[in-house]
Amino acid sequence: MPVYLVALWGKYVCYALLALSIDLIWGYCGILSLGHGAFFALGGYAMGMYLMRQIGSRGVYGNPILPDFMVFLNYKALPWYWYGFDHFWFAAIMILLAPGLLAFCFGWLAFRSRVTGVYLSIITQAMTYALLLAFFRNDFGFGGNNGLTDFKDILGFNVQAQGTRLVLFSVSCIALALGFFICRAVITSKFGKVLVAIRDAESRTRFLGYRVENYKLFVFVLSACMAGVAGALYVPQVGIINPGEFAPASSIEAVIWVAVGGRGTLTGAALGALVVNYGKTYFTSGFLAPYWLFLLGALFVAVTQLLPRGIVGTWRYYMSKRREQQAADDAEAAVPPAPPPSATSLLARPAE
Amino acid sequence: MATSGNPLAVDVINALQEGRLLFNPADKKVYVRTAAGTINDAATGTPAADVKAGDLQTVRLNNRVRRGIDAAVGALTLLSPDAGKRMDAAKAVFKSREAGALKALDVAIAKETEPRVKRALVDARAAVILNTPTASKEENLEAISVIRERGDQEARSLLTNLSADSHDDIKRAAAAGVASIDASLQLWSAAQNMWYGLSLGSVLLLAAIGLAITFGVMGVINMAHGEMVMIGAYVTFAVQEVIRAYNPALFDISLVIAVPLAFLVTGCFGILIERTVIRFLYGRPLETLLATWGLSLIIQQAVRTAYGSSNKDVGSPSWMSGAFELGGLTITYNRLWIVCFTMFVFVALLGVLRLTRLGLEMRAVTQNRTMAASMGIATARIDALTFGLGSGVAGIAGVALSQIDNVSPNLGQSYIIDSFMVVVFGGVGNLWGTLVGAFTLGIANKFLEPYAGAVLGKIAILVLIILFIQKRPRGLFALKGRSVEA
Repeated sequence: MPVYLVALWGKYVCYALLALSIDLIWGYCGILSLGHGAFFALGGYAMGMYLMRQIGSRGVYGNPILPDFMVFLNYKALPWYWYGFDHFWFAAIMILLAPGLLAFCFGWLAFRSRVTGVYLSIITQAMTYALLLAFFRNDFGFGGNNGLTDFKDILGFNVQAQGTRLVLFSVSCIALALGFFICRAVITSKFGKVLVAIRDAESRTRFLGYRVENYKLFVFVLSACMAGVAGALYVPQVGIINPGEFAPASSIEAVIWVAVGGRGTLTGAALGALVVNYGKTYFTSGFLAPYWLFLLGALFVAVTQLLPRGIVGTWRYYMSKRREQQAADDAEAAVPPAPPPSATSLLARPAE
Repeated sequence: MATSGNPLAVDVINALQEGRLLFNPADKKVYVRTAAGTINDAATGTPAADVKAGDLQTVRLNNRVRRGIDAAVGALTLLSPDAGKRMDAAKAVFKSREAGALKALDVAIAKETEPRVKRALVDARAAVILNTPTASKEENLEAISVIRERGDQEARSLLTNLSADSHDDIKRAAAAGVASIDASLQLWSAAQNMWYGLSLGSVLLLAAIGLAITFGVMGVINMAHGEMVMIGAYVTFAVQEVIRAYNPALFDISLVIAVPLAFLVTGCFGILIERTVIRFLYGRPLETLLATWGLSLIIQQAVRTAYGSSNKDVGSPSWMSGAFELGGLTITYNRLWIVCFTMFVFVALLGVLRLTRLGLEMRAVTQNRTMAASMGIATARIDALTFGLGSGVAGIAGVALSQIDNVSPNLGQSYIIDSFMVVVFGGVGNLWGTLVGAFTLGIANKFLEPYAGAVLGKIAILVLIILFIQKRPRGLFALKGRSVEA
């Protein structure tokens, strides 16, 4: 596999992990976050800060402590929030902690006061927009408009080297698998059943005695941490992290991956991310580039209108229908006068 | 020369100021190069034909001479028959504070009839007196009170820079004057912020009010709302292009033509979207959000393909350009018109909702959809018309925004989040909530800006709204009743 393909697919796999994290809250708990890109980007920035510190004195200005952009912007000393990022273990903790903490604070406020549905979507969008504006500022200490880039080493290995890239790609795949199994463990447990109950009838679940906000908060924080890990793996493979990742548009785009693949199916979410991003690369690199946004827009409309279950969801629906038909036929063959089982009970879509 | 009153003096001094005064080192005669390039004898004002330009040297200036020149020009033009020139001269003297101008000022004040100019002259005289070391204590005190009345930034710096060795009374009076000026300046800057806030608020209101209608009545989040605003702006552009091509005389009424046209175009577009896309997604608000986001991408890209991604030049009619001063406020006409226009749109919408049959049915559907349907209201038709109305209002907003913002395919994107904030903050189902929400956000934004800067102010507003939502999840003016939990 050529080097550029490794990096490209590594990027897709990170996107798939992000899609998985969105699916966990949207598909199984009904929380549509339009700001999940913020958690992704925070994880990315935490990794980026570690990589910046690893550059050391090899930067353009050769300052052993300060990254290039800080020298350029006349910083005299390292800002306090950059302390510790020269250690990988510290960065690794921050990759989970930064998105997790933001999600915890945000979710604690939002779920406790029962902000739901489109209101929640809009304020998550406001959250990522506020972060976008903040990270664009030069005096915020994260490189402003240009973000963090020009990385050299990760754990002592050259990030450009093919071997490192292969390892990063493998680690991304492992992270995706791990994320998949964590999500699976969550949704197949009793806890997961309550999540689905919350998705389908929040008030009723509350009346049954479940602390809905705690369930939502837990799954929201878990999802944010997963998104953070995805972002952290994304940065060394792409080689840059800039405030553009916070743009509300990219968060919404991530939601459509899940919708395309199939909301409420874990494989679907990952598949959707891979398919849409492969399509994006394919379309934006050829003569079709000016039409990509038309296609993406049409994808949004078409999926919501024609394929509300997504690819995997529709496939499963079709399969279950066939199996049912089969069972009905078998039953009919065995005991001719038996009444056909009701098809609608299995086919009924879960309510929003 | 300044006190000579000779009409040629102004020319010579102007020439000196602008580096057009020349002298011949050989015979020590002074010449003026006119704007046309000919060389005149400074003493007589007649053309000096026998002088070669190469023989002459420019008269050089230093700062002291320059200040002297300002004062001299001021003194000479203080008596000019043109009121505008006299005004300028008075201001020039106020700045230079040249003691020599005192006599000319006294003469001018005695002769002056126009109150505005007279006021400027008196100010200038006071400034001169404060700068004259020989002036008596009483004169100084009087001058301070005059300057204090003036109450602007210049007056403040004049009073703070008073010489340190003056009498205690004078110092005290000056300090009191500075304090009073500070208070009035603060008041005016608050008023200016208030005005900027109102202006921003009205822009937000225009952009958000259509959204409030569709969200309030139909519960539909229309992410393509910003694109409707953008289409409205492009309609304005198209109207102006047609007018430029066929009948430039009509340019001043181009906006008057564009407003109904934009309403029609975007309204029809809205109805089309509702009938083809949104209609199938009722009861699934999150899917509607995604689908309309897709539409917004398509519309943006379509406009980009058709018109290019560069900013389009939309002109302002003559009655919208310029500014006027109201006390310490500077108010531009385009902002003023937008505030008035927003109020007009708001009142018109209130009227539609209150007084027409469509409004009655819309309110019925907002409050209880099923009940409205049972009473014989065609809810599907109302939905389509409501969506058309909301989109049409967005189009009108686009016409207004084309006057103050860049008309580009991204126009709508920059407003969509702000408009959502307004709607969420104000609450749905009530236009007054949107009004209060828009103006609160606009004014809060402008008052935060001086302390926190534009971007941090905006971030602070976003964070405050996110916190506010916790307290009142349904906004300031929430709908009450059974429909709320639906």
